[in-house]
Amino acid sequence: LDVHIRNPRDFYAGVIFLSFGLCAVLVGRDYPMGSALRMGAGYFPFVLGVLLLILGAVICVKSLLIPGEKLETIGLRPLLLVLAAIAAFAASVDTLGLVAATILLTVIGAAASPESRWREVAVLTVALLALTLGAFVYGLGLPFKLLPF
Amino acid sequence: MELLADLQLGFGVALSLQNILYCFVGVLLGTLIGVLPGIGPVATIAMLLPATFTLPPVSALIMLAGIYYGAQYGGSTTAILVNIPGESSSVVTCLDGYAMARQGRAGPALAIAALGSFFAGTVSTLMLAMFAPPLAEIAFQFGPAEYFSLMVLGLIAAIVLARGSLIKAIAMIILGLLLGIVGADTNTGLFRFTFGLPQLADGIGFVVVAMGLFGFSEIIANLERRAKREIVMAQIKSLMPTRQDFADSWKAVLRGTGIGALLGILPGGGAVLGSFAAYALEKKIAKDPSRFGKGAIEGVAAPESANNAGAQTSFIPLLTLGIPSNAVMALMVGAMTIHGITPGPQVMSERPELFWGMIASMWIGNLMLVVLNLPMIGIWVKLLSVPYRILYPAILLFCCIGVYSLNNSAVDVGLALFFGLLGYLFIKLDCEPAPLLLGFVLGPMMVDNLWRALLISRGNPLVFFTRPLSLALLLVALALLAVVVLPAVRKKREEAFQE
Repeated sequence: LDVHIRNPRDFYAGVIFLSFGLCAVLVGRDYPMGSALRMGAGYFPFVLGVLLLILGAVICVKSLLIPGEKLETIGLRPLLLVLAAIAAFAASVDTLGLVAATILLTVIGAAASPESRWREVAVLTVALLALTLGAFVYGLGLPFKLLPF
Repeated sequence: MELLADLQLGFGVALSLQNILYCFVGVLLGTLIGVLPGIGPVATIAMLLPATFTLPPVSALIMLAGIYYGAQYGGSTTAILVNIPGESSSVVTCLDGYAMARQGRAGPALAIAALGSFFAGTVSTLMLAMFAPPLAEIAFQFGPAEYFSLMVLGLIAAIVLARGSLIKAIAMIILGLLLGIVGADTNTGLFRFTFGLPQLADGIGFVVVAMGLFGFSEIIANLERRAKREIVMAQIKSLMPTRQDFADSWKAVLRGTGIGALLGILPGGGAVLGSFAAYALEKKIAKDPSRFGKGAIEGVAAPESANNAGAQTSFIPLLTLGIPSNAVMALMVGAMTIHGITPGPQVMSERPELFWGMIASMWIGNLMLVVLNLPMIGIWVKLLSVPYRILYPAILLFCCIGVYSLNNSAVDVGLALFFGLLGYLFIKLDCEPAPLLLGFVLGPMMVDNLWRALLISRGNPLVFFTRPLSLALLLVALALLAVVVLPAVRKKREEAFQE
């Protein structure tokens, strides 16, 4: 029997659904179940988790039988750097303040595109900083910590 | 004529200086993001929610609604001039719009798209005004059982109408329902799936999910595509369509408006579905289908009318039943909740100025959009020449600030990052994210109504089948399900989405 992935897009989608289903059933196993008429807190997580496991399994099995389109290549540079830029913003906005968070996000984020030019990024950072402070902090009065001290 | 009196009230509200201004800001922003590929109305509305905290509710909703239908106008500009859809609802406009542009007829294509959209906007706003009150009357007779059955029908319709694989759409809805469970259980107070994070006790914010799935993931995917695609922009010579253009397109505009308005009401419908269906229909009934894809003006007129009609009528289920039919409407629920308004049939009677003000503003907004998109087209064309490497850091920053400001929570930004990664994987794996968001928003509402229905009937599950309205809704859901499982229909469905 020749078993291999014939539809990678469906196969990995199935894997994602399987992992969410598994997570729901495992994490939710201690929640009280109740019955269909008196549903406990664990009823829906369990039912949905099992459904997701079934669907994920069906999608995976089908992907081994019926051929489909190949995976597109994943561009690691935009993926990792955009995520890193968001993470940097999330990590710094409450501690270092909005000014530092804006600079970090813009600079790391700009690095995600191979077309970015450093001189442009510098100008862009200053412009975005001015816009953020002007529109969100002074204009809308959103409560931000601005500087680390 | 009660309708006239109501509309008069609406125009009174919408024509105040402040509301005209917010309507203008909304449609301007809508056109802007419509023109720019890589950012859609979902991410924009999510981004701007915190900015509406300080506004009066009417102004806030007028502005947010303007973003949605404004984007339908802007999307066609990019589709016609650059062959890239500015919005997903303008995907099919690329086919004939860009072909027309290459023949030096970009102007007439843009003009017909804008005029068709205006006609569709006017008709569907009128439909909204006419059909919403009687629908709200019916909705007042709805108990929890009816609401539950209606949402079941909604989710099934969303599965049927989702593009791509059926089974993946079902899995996406269930994943959405599951994500909706995160947080404290309403009945027992038990914390479910919070992984020790106190910020998750109230559940995952829908703005967080929407921003990740529709905002962050799109930016990443766009950066990849950018590197490969060279942008060639077509020139605009004259905007004026010929007499022949009008003769060719007026019927297509009518048909597009009809299809778009109808499909816009359905759950999972909205603007996107209508444009695809309208294009498919035009091609099917044309005397010479081979003209399509080579610059047939009907291929621009019909989908562009349809997407605007759909954007307008998708407000009907929200304003009459309080049920969001697509991702944008789910955000509108959030916007209403922020301002202390519970969406539902009572909005019309308790807050008539809000309801009719919004409807009147839609017509005013459509009028503004024609002006924004025809005489001022040059400005948008200039904007298209701004390189993406300058735009996306700004979009990324505003998305982050938007997510953070909603609850002043950096954890929310981190969660949105997770959903951004997930959304990126979904793009790569051909999984449509819209059903997930619909399941996420409807899930808790469904459980709530299920509980209440069972409580009222003292635990008798037959209540869903003995109440006639509830039974009827469930039967329609069953019929839909049966229809989609039939092999013949399935094939048709696949063909329709192939276009």
